[in-house]
Amino acid sequence: MSDYDPVEVTPLHADEVSRMEAEALDAIKSAGSLDALKQARLAHAGDRSPIALANREIGTLPPAARAEAGKRVGAARKAVSAALAARQAELEAERDARVLVEEAVDVTLPWDRRPRGARHPLTTMQERIADTFVAMGYEVAEGPELEGEWFNFDALNIATDHPARSEHDTFFVGSADSGMVLRTQTSPVQVRAMLGRGVPCYVISSGKTFRTDELDATHTPVFHQVEGLAVDKGLTMAHLKGTLDRFAEVMFGEGITTRFRPNYFPFTEPSAEMDLKCFVCRGASAVPGNPPCRTCKSEGWIEWGGCGMVNPRVLVACGIDPATYSGFAFGMGIERTLMFRHNVEDMRDMVEGDIRFTLPFGMEI
Amino acid sequence: MKVPLSWLREYVDLPAVTAQEVADKLTAARLKLESITSYGHDVKNVVVGEVLEIEELTGFKKPIRHCRVEVGEATPREIVCGATNFAAGDRVPVVLPGGVLPGGFEVGARKTYGRMSEGMICSERELGLTDEHGGIMVLPPDTPVGADVADLLGLRDDVLELEITPDVGYALSIRGVAREAATAFGVPFRDPADVELPAETGPAWPASIADPTACDRFVLREVHGFDPAAQSPLWMRVRLARAGMRPVSLAVDITNYLMLELGQPLHAFDRSKLTGEIVVRRARPGERLETLDHVVRDLDPDDILITDGSGPISMAGTMGGLATEISGSSTDIVIEAAHFSATGISRESRRHRLVSEASKRFERGVDRELPLVASWKAVRLLAELGGATVRPGVTHAETEVEPARIAMPAGHPGAVAGLTYDRDAVVRRLEQVGCTVTDGDDPAVRRGGVDPTGVVTGGELAAKLAVTGDDMITVTPPSWRPDLTDPNDLAEEVIRLEGYDRLPSILPKAPAGAGLTEGQRLRRRVGRALAAAGYVEVLAYPFVGDGDFDHLQLPADDARRRAVRLVNPLTEDEPLMRTTLLPGLLKTLVRNVGRGFTDVALFEMGAVYRPREGAPAAAPVLGVERRPTDEELASVEAALPDQPQRVAVVLAGEFDRSGWWGGGRQECWADAVQAARIVAGEAGIELSVVADQHEPWHPGRCAALYAGDTLVGHAGELHPRVVEAYGLPPRTSAMELELSRLNHAMPGTVQAPQVSAYPVATQDVALTVPDFTPVADVEAALRDGAGELLESVRLFDVYTGEQVGEGNKSLAYTLRFRAQDRTLTVEETTAARDAAVAMAADRVGAHLRGA
Repeated sequence: MSDYDPVEVTPLHADEVSRMEAEALDAIKSAGSLDALKQARLAHAGDRSPIALANREIGTLPPAARAEAGKRVGAARKAVSAALAARQAELEAERDARVLVEEAVDVTLPWDRRPRGARHPLTTMQERIADTFVAMGYEVAEGPELEGEWFNFDALNIATDHPARSEHDTFFVGSADSGMVLRTQTSPVQVRAMLGRGVPCYVISSGKTFRTDELDATHTPVFHQVEGLAVDKGLTMAHLKGTLDRFAEVMFGEGITTRFRPNYFPFTEPSAEMDLKCFVCRGASAVPGNPPCRTCKSEGWIEWGGCGMVNPRVLVACGIDPATYSGFAFGMGIERTLMFRHNVEDMRDMVEGDIRFTLPFGMEI
Repeated sequence: MKVPLSWLREYVDLPAVTAQEVADKLTAARLKLESITSYGHDVKNVVVGEVLEIEELTGFKKPIRHCRVEVGEATPREIVCGATNFAAGDRVPVVLPGGVLPGGFEVGARKTYGRMSEGMICSERELGLTDEHGGIMVLPPDTPVGADVADLLGLRDDVLELEITPDVGYALSIRGVAREAATAFGVPFRDPADVELPAETGPAWPASIADPTACDRFVLREVHGFDPAAQSPLWMRVRLARAGMRPVSLAVDITNYLMLELGQPLHAFDRSKLTGEIVVRRARPGERLETLDHVVRDLDPDDILITDGSGPISMAGTMGGLATEISGSSTDIVIEAAHFSATGISRESRRHRLVSEASKRFERGVDRELPLVASWKAVRLLAELGGATVRPGVTHAETEVEPARIAMPAGHPGAVAGLTYDRDAVVRRLEQVGCTVTDGDDPAVRRGGVDPTGVVTGGELAAKLAVTGDDMITVTPPSWRPDLTDPNDLAEEVIRLEGYDRLPSILPKAPAGAGLTEGQRLRRRVGRALAAAGYVEVLAYPFVGDGDFDHLQLPADDARRRAVRLVNPLTEDEPLMRTTLLPGLLKTLVRNVGRGFTDVALFEMGAVYRPREGAPAAAPVLGVERRPTDEELASVEAALPDQPQRVAVVLAGEFDRSGWWGGGRQECWADAVQAARIVAGEAGIELSVVADQHEPWHPGRCAALYAGDTLVGHAGELHPRVVEAYGLPPRTSAMELELSRLNHAMPGTVQAPQVSAYPVATQDVALTVPDFTPVADVEAALRDGAGELLESVRLFDVYTGEQVGEGNKSLAYTLRFRAQDRTLTVEETTAARDAAVAMAADRVGAHLRGA
């Protein structure tokens, strides 16, 4: 105790502490805004505020005096801090009541500084179809648009003099006997898939196809098809029907009715046309006296696409033994699907690239 | 094929059903309804009248008659008529007041030309029978007065127009449709070809087949004493007209009528114009023929001809020659009925762009057993209706043809369909089609060859197509079904006749797939990213012309001018396949601007077609009897052009719109470059950008885009001349990039970064560099110099002006540093910054501003 120095520490005097506390409380009370309160907090409760400085001096007191001084300063700090919190709440409430109202804006103002674009519905329709089949286990196959005649015709059992060949108004490339054409259908991808992947083979493919039609409301020389192919042991027409029924349901909703109708395609045998019962009028418009239907042209049914069992001749040309394997294939027009699913009335709208047509379709279809 | 229902009913006892019900059944059986045309159902009160008295009225511009007509009522009717081709006593069709003519045309009693007219005397056209309107229709004198004309003349009918698929020639006839209708309704069918032929008593006009691959049956019959003035009977003209053929003359009408009824095309020669033996052969070099349509045709050595001593007289199965045509004075007629090669006629028809009713049938396959029958029916009709005499005898040249036979298990149709059919049902259905079915296998069917129509019916292919198993049956298709060659053809017949509606619906279980490929996913991401960035996708036609390459200012030797040329382009100014996506995009941009949308940003993703250097000019057309070898397939691929996927954008006007918030921002070269970065970013690739000069871009505002060392595309502002050539808004910008090249450069699996929780240390530097120094080089130098502590570099100011001296620019960067394992000291970050600046000084001569 020899070094005891009974120093008098002024800031720790009771009245001095009271004064500091009073000053602080006064400043807090008179702070008129959150900013002013922030200043008051710094001045009276910050690290360099009188009370904080006084607090640091407690250590210099003799041990006996520390407890009391500590108590005194602690109480002052507590009071200041409580006042701060109370005033903070008061001012925030005031701001909420007044300032935020003053800051109100017209939220209906437009803000289309960079309108977003859109993807073409023919693209997103192809993706949607692909997704449907990918979910069933199919893979997406691809092939060139400028194709060998062998792939586009011969391998598909459409020999040179086959009447079906002249029904495809074909764009020839280079010279009439170059053996190359702009593909008239997506079916050559079937051939490539079988040659390249072997069996079993479950693929979907879609893309541009070409025929020498003039552009009008219902024709376009460049159009899009989607094509599905399954080759496996034991596949039957029942499997084809099951697959297309599921496809129709995904595209047009539960409860859609489908119909197979005999047709002819060189690359399938037996062949069928797949019709949908109109999903708008449910076939009612075909009955005389009922209101007409724009979607099915009052026919009650919508022709959707062709299909059938892969002609064994096609399997042979692709090196697959028809005695062991069978397959089915189907193909639809993407434009056509878009036309009746989305009420597109004029083929040209899908071709011309007018942004007004495309924008509403957004990112997915 | 237009089928009048009344004609159909002649050969099949259809129940009392509507035309629609008949059409539905036929549609379900593969003869798809196109349309139904109804005739005469609205006709009312048209009766047979006898003209009692005719009074010629005068004082009018044209002759007008006032007639008293007996119509079987209490008193005769008074009718005014403008025609003059009838006389008192003639029987004529009369529509009475209150009556209705085809088309809903109501007729009343009215005053005209000063007289009462109680109805109207009708022409054939007014009755909806034919196009004949030269005068009123005079009926045979024994027609009962007062009889209902609609019933009498068969005015009321429905015509089904059916879509006939290219494989079934037999259905291009009433006979074929009637057979299908009979099967569909389960009622008897009377075959119009089922006629008893007279014994062959020696030949008619001499004929022979010189080329058995062109024709395997050739029949001629003759008549003489034909009355060239004889008219076709009304019923025949009505049927022809309703079936879509124009009545011409009795002899021609008879051949057309029988072709429609039986499906056998017939040709009539004027006997007096023939010289010497008729020979069926291929054309000889240099031969020509003037056909019925007055076109002189140069013949191809592959053309099948009917010739006589004078040379070619007819193009087989396609169109007859002018010189031997029957005319208004022909009395002696030779009728030809033949069976020509389907592929031969198909080629001939295509080569001469000559599609006739005959060629349509021959190329789809005509019943080989018809020529004798059809020619007989033809000469009979010429005799009955034209007063001719049939010359006895028939010329019948033919080559032996083995009928096709197919063996298969009786259960095959069920195996194809996915359900079980009774064996009896299978046999019955095949017999309804016309097949002969015998029990047991016949291995001989698997040894074959190529039939005269070019269809491979046997040999190695037949063995590959063979279906064997228990309970084999051997099926001989009928002569009218040359399309039935394979087991699956028979399966289809059974399945369609049993009904496609019987097929069950079973979803097969595909093996698990691998989902989309990297390339497919990339294309989707790129499309979404560009659309999200404000671009609208277009799908332009891939056709361009040299004019586009000129517009794009491409130099004469530019590789993009080497394009694939179409033989038959849609328009002569766009005969090429695009080698760049830009022309289509630019034209679409112009279209949008023209429609009032001046702020447009578009993108397209798709293939371009780039001929390969040294590629063969033709791709071989391979065989189909087996899988081609890898070498054969490669030989096809080698000829095809390269078809890489590209993506391109074009943009004009404001990219950031002006509005109440203030001015917008005009798009510029930088947006185009940024579009490329967006695309590359989706591939996980950071592009290097280098200034370049490349058409069609502005030489001072063109960026070459690199993924590593690979040039992947260009972007920037378009050359003003390109803007002018296409009529684009000023300063239109564009980007084009080859996605296929990005694909190859994709980095693969992303490696996760180590995220440091230590504080960042920031240092700003302002560097002065010469004006021409690419910013990209400065940044690269800073990065390389700063070392691994550098977290990021951001350029926040570019300044040119007095303070940095002429010819210089100042670049202000924020460098952020951070370490993985400690808080960096000021000394460490300063050292790293200094190293960065030193590298920039070293590489691009940068000076620290103010230093």
